[in-house]
Amino acid sequence: MSSFITYLINGISLGSVYAIIALGYTMVYGIAKMLNFAHGDIIMVGGFTTYYIASVMGMPSAVGVLGAVVVCTALGVIIERIAYKPLREASSLSVLITAIGVSYFLQNAALIVFGADTKSFKSVIDIPSLSLMGGTVTVSGETMVTILSCIIILIGLTAFINKTKTGQAMLAVSEDKGAATLMGINVNRTIAVTFAIGSALAAVAGVLLCSSYPTLSSTTGAMPGIKAFVAAVFGGIGSIPGAMIGGIVLGIIENLSKAYISSQLSDAIVFAVLIIVLLVKPTGLMGKKIQEKV
Amino acid sequence: MKNKSKAFKQSFTTYALVLAFYLVCEIWLKTGNMSSLMEGLLVPLCYYMILAVSLNIVVGISGELSLGHAGFMCVGAFTGAIFAVTAGAEMPEYLELFIAIILGAAVSAVFGFLIGIPVLRLRGDYLAIVTLAFGEIIKNVINTIYLGVDVEGMHITMKDALSLNLGEGGKTIIKGAQGITGLPRNANFTIGIILVFISLFIVLNLINSRQGRAIMAIRDNRIAAESIGLSVSKYKMMAFVISAALAGVAGVLYAHNLATLQATPKNFGYNMSIMILVFVVLGGIGNIKGSLIAAVILTILPEKLRFLSDYRMLIYAVVLIAMMLFNSAPKAVAFRERLVESISRKNKKEAKEEA
Repeated sequence: MSSFITYLINGISLGSVYAIIALGYTMVYGIAKMLNFAHGDIIMVGGFTTYYIASVMGMPSAVGVLGAVVVCTALGVIIERIAYKPLREASSLSVLITAIGVSYFLQNAALIVFGADTKSFKSVIDIPSLSLMGGTVTVSGETMVTILSCIIILIGLTAFINKTKTGQAMLAVSEDKGAATLMGINVNRTIAVTFAIGSALAAVAGVLLCSSYPTLSSTTGAMPGIKAFVAAVFGGIGSIPGAMIGGIVLGIIENLSKAYISSQLSDAIVFAVLIIVLLVKPTGLMGKKIQEKV
Repeated sequence: MKNKSKAFKQSFTTYALVLAFYLVCEIWLKTGNMSSLMEGLLVPLCYYMILAVSLNIVVGISGELSLGHAGFMCVGAFTGAIFAVTAGAEMPEYLELFIAIILGAAVSAVFGFLIGIPVLRLRGDYLAIVTLAFGEIIKNVINTIYLGVDVEGMHITMKDALSLNLGEGGKTIIKGAQGITGLPRNANFTIGIILVFISLFIVLNLINSRQGRAIMAIRDNRIAAESIGLSVSKYKMMAFVISAALAGVAGVLYAHNLATLQATPKNFGYNMSIMILVFVVLGGIGNIKGSLIAAVILTILPEKLRFLSDYRMLIYAVVLIAMMLFNSAPKAVAFRERLVESISRKNKKEAKEEA
């Protein structure tokens, strides 16, 4: 029983990381209607930035995290400006391929800048682990911080979207770009803000991911990126609570199937669950049904 | 009648292009001027061409985004390889390859049908992610399979080689993540090109047939096509299954070009599916000739950039982004049109002056 609880808590922790990444995916999809395949690689850039500031330069870890957020936000906005903005009116497939190109670019640039060897990431979280249920269940500091950050981010993001002018502008742009322009909303600026927020979240996710799984290489972000994408679709792409639920459910399924079924098959099981969910609800758990007209 | 001759002309140039490519490579090879690097690329070029053409059926003709094409290639590769090391081991080389290709295509088609049932109920990006999921599932499951054969027949398990419980004289065929070893490696460039021709024949005839036009009508307007009595699920499935079968053929060719076949993220993962998609999109969606050319250029380009060592894939990425921007950005398209217009105007002016 206690081992089950341990697996469950670790699953929620991994799921929280997926959820934070998926939030970025889902926001960008909601507003720009594009699958940003390079999102996973932003995570890797965030991890490396923290690694260099905190471990190599020896600065406090808080500075490292802040640095990662700043670098990734800037990177997200620059990528959007150079690679995606010129293609705003183009077909979604050409945007997808461009995003794949950006993903290749980031991975290979990281390979050159940071080297091909795998770095061991020193956890930025310095909190003692917690013993529960008479010492049979231990919860590490990383796990607690990850879950807590996820909750804070969800609350903050929901408040931002519902309470601020920029947040409302984001909602309006995702509903109807043309109408939003007519209402005096600067669509280009709103999309840039969305990319900035998504990338900042990816930086946080990168630091949390590397703190729990302390290896860092140029492809660190690829698989979590794909998983978060699955989580976003699972919850209904475009929906913020959906991304949250999708991420956490995915993390739990992955960890439990690793523990009880087979570690090699855990990815296959995650994908199989996605397929089953989409067959029952073709637009994800919280997705909206789109009516088609002739 | 006029339309028919136009379609014939287009198909003819595509065949001629492949034939010319084959002849150039053969002459280059026979005169001994080809580097061993290029020689090693000849068979891969063939299976990439087949993959690009077959994915173009789903993406271009049927209009659905598939990110799991490598999964069907994986099924074909393993089917062909299992046949090659079991029943095919005693056969003459070409007969073995022939049967392996038929089997690979058939098994991939069956998988395409089974996967198509759930996948084709979905739309757009949801369909894309589910194909990606199936591709990853196929790769992961094959990685855990142990398959052995003895006098009692086939044994299969997902635990380890020992739990196969093989009898005397038994032989392990698939060793989990280690894959299949001892493959014949009897694929060559000529066979590859013949397979490219067969794939082209199937695809080009499909496009110009009644069924192909039905598939394209559904792509352009599903509801309108349905209202004139076309069965959407039937035609979408037809495109999906043919595409899967041809990917299986490419897989068999792939497996017969190697000594050891393993399912790794690199050869059968989503990265491979995406690479094939890049061929299709850069070559022009729905444009078969374009797919062939893009597959050849994008396979040779990274190899030719090898002298750049670490910067090779970086430059490949930059080229990819730049090509997409140049090809699809509305501003770039308008700029290109203006350029063409000004050149043609200049030519006209010159012609007038000469007259």
